[in-house]
Amino acid sequence: MNNKAIWIIFVLLFFLHQDFWNWDNRGLVFGFLPVGLAYHAAFSLAAALLWASAVKWAWPSDVEAWADESNDEGEASA
Amino acid sequence: MTPIIVILIYLGLLLALGVFSSRFFRGTSADYFVASRSIGPFLLLMSVFGTTMTGFALVGSSAKTYNLGIGVYGLMASYSGLLHSACFFLIGIKLWAFGKKYGYVTQCQYFRDRFESSALGYVLFPILVVLIIPYLLVGLIAAGSAIKGLTSPVIKPDGTVVRPGMFPELFEATNGAIPPWLTGLVIATIVLIYVFLGGVRSTAWANTFQTIVFMITGVVAFTLIANALGGPAAASEAVLERNGESMAREGKISTLHFFSYAFIPLSVGMFPHLFQHWLTAKSAKAFRLTVIAHPIFIMLVWVPCVLIGVWALGVPKMDGTPANAVLGKMVAVLVAQPIVTGILFAGILAAIMSSLDSQFMCMSTMFTNDVVVHAKGQDHFTDKQLLWLGRSFVIAIVAVTYAISLFKLPINVFDLGVWCFSGFGAMFPIAVAGVYWKRATKAGVIAALIATAALWLGLIGYDLFVFKEAHPKEEFLLAGMMPAAALFATCLITLILVSLATKAPDDKTIAKFFPKAIAK
Repeated sequence: MNNKAIWIIFVLLFFLHQDFWNWDNRGLVFGFLPVGLAYHAAFSLAAALLWASAVKWAWPSDVEAWADESNDEGEASA
Repeated sequence: MTPIIVILIYLGLLLALGVFSSRFFRGTSADYFVASRSIGPFLLLMSVFGTTMTGFALVGSSAKTYNLGIGVYGLMASYSGLLHSACFFLIGIKLWAFGKKYGYVTQCQYFRDRFESSALGYVLFPILVVLIIPYLLVGLIAAGSAIKGLTSPVIKPDGTVVRPGMFPELFEATNGAIPPWLTGLVIATIVLIYVFLGGVRSTAWANTFQTIVFMITGVVAFTLIANALGGPAAASEAVLERNGESMAREGKISTLHFFSYAFIPLSVGMFPHLFQHWLTAKSAKAFRLTVIAHPIFIMLVWVPCVLIGVWALGVPKMDGTPANAVLGKMVAVLVAQPIVTGILFAGILAAIMSSLDSQFMCMSTMFTNDVVVHAKGQDHFTDKQLLWLGRSFVIAIVAVTYAISLFKLPINVFDLGVWCFSGFGAMFPIAVAGVYWKRATKAGVIAALIATAALWLGLIGYDLFVFKEAHPKEEFLLAGMMPAAALFATCLITLILVSLATKAPDDKTIAKFFPKAIAK
């Protein structure tokens, strides 16, 4: 999985957040969790999985390396 | 009385932790303000999560759910889980890199250098302070409401007193309940003491302790309340019977309104205290745990709180309860064990205080570095003087916030928090432009800040003093969307138009902030 794939999944999740098909659903999952709440709790887990994947496959190591180089620029000038 | 004693013991432990962590304080302004960049991944996660999960998350979410139904989780919590980590990943890590490379301590220092403008800091600083004040108020009001809910009398609709107020002789005016002004004073004083003693190091340790406390107590509260209601299934069935529409979103919130809440979590991109947390990370790797765990931690706190808020609608004893007091009253009425009740309320206060400390600390740092030292120069003050300047400003901010909290504002904790987040979220285009848009100019940023701040002040004033008078339980919308959408658009359009019409930044500045490794 690469950087592009991560951000495609991000966009997909962003649109899946708008679960209009659950809007008037008063059903219960596991006997007590309203469907609208259960869906979004699962969404939170999906988001965590996405970010775990991003950390594993799309971590900006180059940014880290640049910051860790010796600093010749000195302190902030403003 | 027992719950209050338990709470006082908790507050004592917190103070002791603050004193203990202050012994590691190295006595320098660098350590006071940035803990000398020595805070690792676990402390960073606890600190960031503790700061973002506030009275808004515990008291506010249950209050809003009581009014709006279960859709509240989707509008804030699941969006936040996706977008907060996106902001950390896209902006936070790059800002950490700039902070490490160029030695920035505050948001203003970074933006001044990035946009070649000393004046920008003087425009940004007061706007940030004004936007933080509602966030502080959320904490003080939530604490006062929760403790008042705990200590208030419980009276049936027919006038039968189920439980008298906890201190009828001491607090006659509030029917025996601890008045919010007293809770606010105690909370503000305790936070002030440990922030005063150890700066960022104390707040990081206190946040870690408090985050653990409120997460555990949140799960415990949920379990005990569910059991008292006959189990989660019975609790949900009771709501379906009495108030079924609250178990879905139809008739409660439109799809456009729901969608427009996406602008609220973008606030993490400009929250000054989060900038400082990014700066206190030992390394970029310290962010990894935060990025992954944040959505899960939000879920662990918000699902129970939203369920408690909606289950309150199935409990006849809760009818007529003011929304802000729902969580406190559910615990007080349904949890029949005083020691456990005390611990649960300690958890609520923990969540509130873990945000207050970071705000106080952050504003102290900004004032000292971005206003005083920037105006007078670094050599004008000794390190000790800088520490005392920071501490004095903390005291001043606490006093002003506390004074405002004494007025009865016509708004619930959730909506007040959302106004704060809307302001910061509106400025997100500026954070993005700083990292990704070479053509953004100082004039564009300054114009965007002023336009956004002016619109925010106008809209919150209208909501508080006009709209809420006529529609106390309704959410103020513009064209069917949260005002955050209009604020965001104002900032974005102003930034783009004014930047394109003004002189581009210096090549040297572009080279400094868009080196090959970052400029992608």
